[in-house]
Amino acid sequence: AKTSDQLTRGITDLFTKEKFDAATLDELEDLLIQSDLGLAAAERITAAVGRARHARQLDGESVRAIVAQEVAKTLAPVAIPLDPPESARPAVILVVGVNGSGKTTTIGKLAETYRTAGMKIVLAAGDTFRAAAVEQLAVWAERAGAIFISKETGADAAALAYEAYAKARAENADLLIIDTAGRLQNKAGLMAELEKIVRVLKKFDAEAPHASLLVLDATTGQNALGQVEAFGKVAGVTGLVMTKLDGTARGGILVAVAEKYRLPVHFIGVGEGVDDLEPFDADDFARALVGLPRVEKDYSF
Amino acid sequence: MFDTLTDRLGGILDRLTRRGALTEADVSEAMREVRRALLEADVALEVVRSFVDRVKERAVGVEVVKSVTPGQMVVKIVHDELVAMLGADAQPISLAAAAPVPILMVGLQGSGKTTSTAKIARRLSTRDKRKVLMASLDTRRPAAMEQLATLGRQTEVATLPIVPGQTALQIARRAMEAGRLGGYDVVLLDTAGRTTLDEALMAEVVEVKKATNPHEVLLVADALTGQDAVTTARAFDQAVGVTGIVLTRVDGDGRGGAALSMRAVTGKPIKLVGVGERFDAVEDFDPARIANRILGMGDVVSLVEKA
Ligand SMILES: Nc1nc2c(ncn2[C@@H]2O[C@H](COP(=O)(O)OP(=O)(O)OP(=O)(O)O)[C@@H](O)[C@H]2O)c(=O)[nH]1
Ligand SMILES: Nc1nc2c(ncn2[C@@H]2O[C@H](COP(=O)(O)OP(=O)(O)OP(=O)(O)O)[C@@H](O)[C@H]2O)c(=O)[nH]1
Ligand SMILES: [Mg+2]
Ligand SMILES: [Mg+2]
Repeated sequence: AKTSDQLTRGITDLFTKEKFDAATLDELEDLLIQSDLGLAAAERITAAVGRARHARQLDGESVRAIVAQEVAKTLAPVAIPLDPPESARPAVILVVGVNGSGKTTTIGKLAETYRTAGMKIVLAAGDTFRAAAVEQLAVWAERAGAIFISKETGADAAALAYEAYAKARAENADLLIIDTAGRLQNKAGLMAELEKIVRVLKKFDAEAPHASLLVLDATTGQNALGQVEAFGKVAGVTGLVMTKLDGTARGGILVAVAEKYRLPVHFIGVGEGVDDLEPFDADDFARALVGLPRVEKDYSF
Repeated sequence: MFDTLTDRLGGILDRLTRRGALTEADVSEAMREVRRALLEADVALEVVRSFVDRVKERAVGVEVVKSVTPGQMVVKIVHDELVAMLGADAQPISLAAAAPVPILMVGLQGSGKTTSTAKIARRLSTRDKRKVLMASLDTRRPAAMEQLATLGRQTEVATLPIVPGQTALQIARRAMEAGRLGGYDVVLLDTAGRTTLDEALMAEVVEVKKATNPHEVLLVADALTGQDAVTTARAFDQAVGVTGIVLTRVDGDGRGGAALSMRAVTGKPIKLVGVGERFDAVEDFDPARIANRILGMGDVVSLVEKA
């Protein structure tokens, strides 16, 4: 069921019609907008299909292939794995994003991924605000066999980050992953708190955090652009993770984000289980967006 | 929320009101711009299409009144259609059923169900003086039940004691039983987040609904949602028969398209909006006020109304 039914059906219906004219292209553009690509990307891709139509006869299948190709072209340069630097002990990953995007869950999955790769991991419960956020991450630390550090709810998040770094260093851990409370990017006070966490980490290691991951929910619309902008400013976002791609949303906004910010996309979340994290693959993503089957590949990383 | 839309629509319609006569081409051009503005604000394509069609249809045959310009008439039409799309009257949560009144909260993962459950419970207990019980049917997310229990302590609302190992259905039955025995007025049932493609979980929530016969089934949805809003709203409505929508994160600078879309495709009212993380950050949704805010042209609208 992992297909974008609307887009698939839409394109097929569109290109089985007799006439292929400007109106057909307008409708294709609409279908792309309907996948959250945004106007600019939708226009560009539609233009590409328009050009191809002069060269050859197009049916629904081949239009989808062209769209997928165009999307993959945008995304391929940003499909970059996340390899925490081995020289830093600990390497620090800070995880940020708006409320409910999937930060804490992604941290659990990341811990599992890197533990499987042989790393010693500390998880820090930097969400000292939300009810039971600490308990939630504690469960994930347990699942992923990671060391866990927390303070009481209401404690200063930067102070927790400070202690967590000290602990990770004392434990000679390879990787410290810090959870943060969800926050909307238009809240200056909360964004400043994030800045403070970064400042504290830099006291230990000027390079820290070595990665600052923004977690984006696949259902998000144009607001994601503002998220990338604002979190980029205060938390120096170095890469993205897109979650909830197992639902009906195809995450088309990622295309607009990639065009505008060219930030690496490291992983996608495809479920709530500890193993439901996959490396980001531009082709798979693009094909899923237009409802083409995925080309089977071997994932070893 | 709605700021982008307000800016864009305001500009487009403002230009229109300044002109004397309006040709059909003028209206078409303005509607093309309105269409774009709505799409850029995340309003679902199908909703945009029907909205623009309706406005065009009415604008073409518009009767001219002496004291107002055709442009002002068009603004009024856009306003009216916006109100129609949002629903004319504010519709609060209904408790008009035999106590304990069950209210079922459903939605995608992370949309804000648990937080909204606590907000509603708090409101019903402090403002409306109802005796409220909250129960978490979320057997999946780590610490979901602790989250609701903590919120219960913060809001001073009773929560159903946690019994590990029970299914969502068992918890739902236990909650209703506790509601009856404890003399509660309302039982709020918080559920686990689920994608609508997850057949097992969708079946689970249908079972819960059958067993508890909720008076309200509230779809909790994120105001930052893009075009997926219609797919999700429709799927939940078809599966469990939604009675209203709770829109969360309205305190963000989301463009608000999800609000317009979900209301339009399900016909179900937005009953409440979440405007923050704390349990008092909740407001009623007043469609007329929102429509005015989006258009920011209340003067023109009342001018036309008086004419
Ligand atoms: N289906 C699906 N659900 C996910 C995915 N990632 C996270 N979730 C769910 O989304 C919900 C929110 O996830 P969290 O990890 O708590 O999100 P968060 O960003 O930490 O939330 P806050 O800390 O409250 O801001 C939970 O129910 C998760 O199980 C995913 O890839 N797919
Ligand atoms: N800014 C803001 N945050 C909100 C609002 N409503 C909920 N949240 C936050 O959104 C995040 C997710 O809220 P939850 O109530 O846990 O969401 P949920 O739907 O129960 O999540 P799952 O049970 O995992 O599916 C938390 O960080 C909440 O504090 C709101 O109206 N505004
Ligand atoms: Mg979290
Ligand atoms: Mg919940």
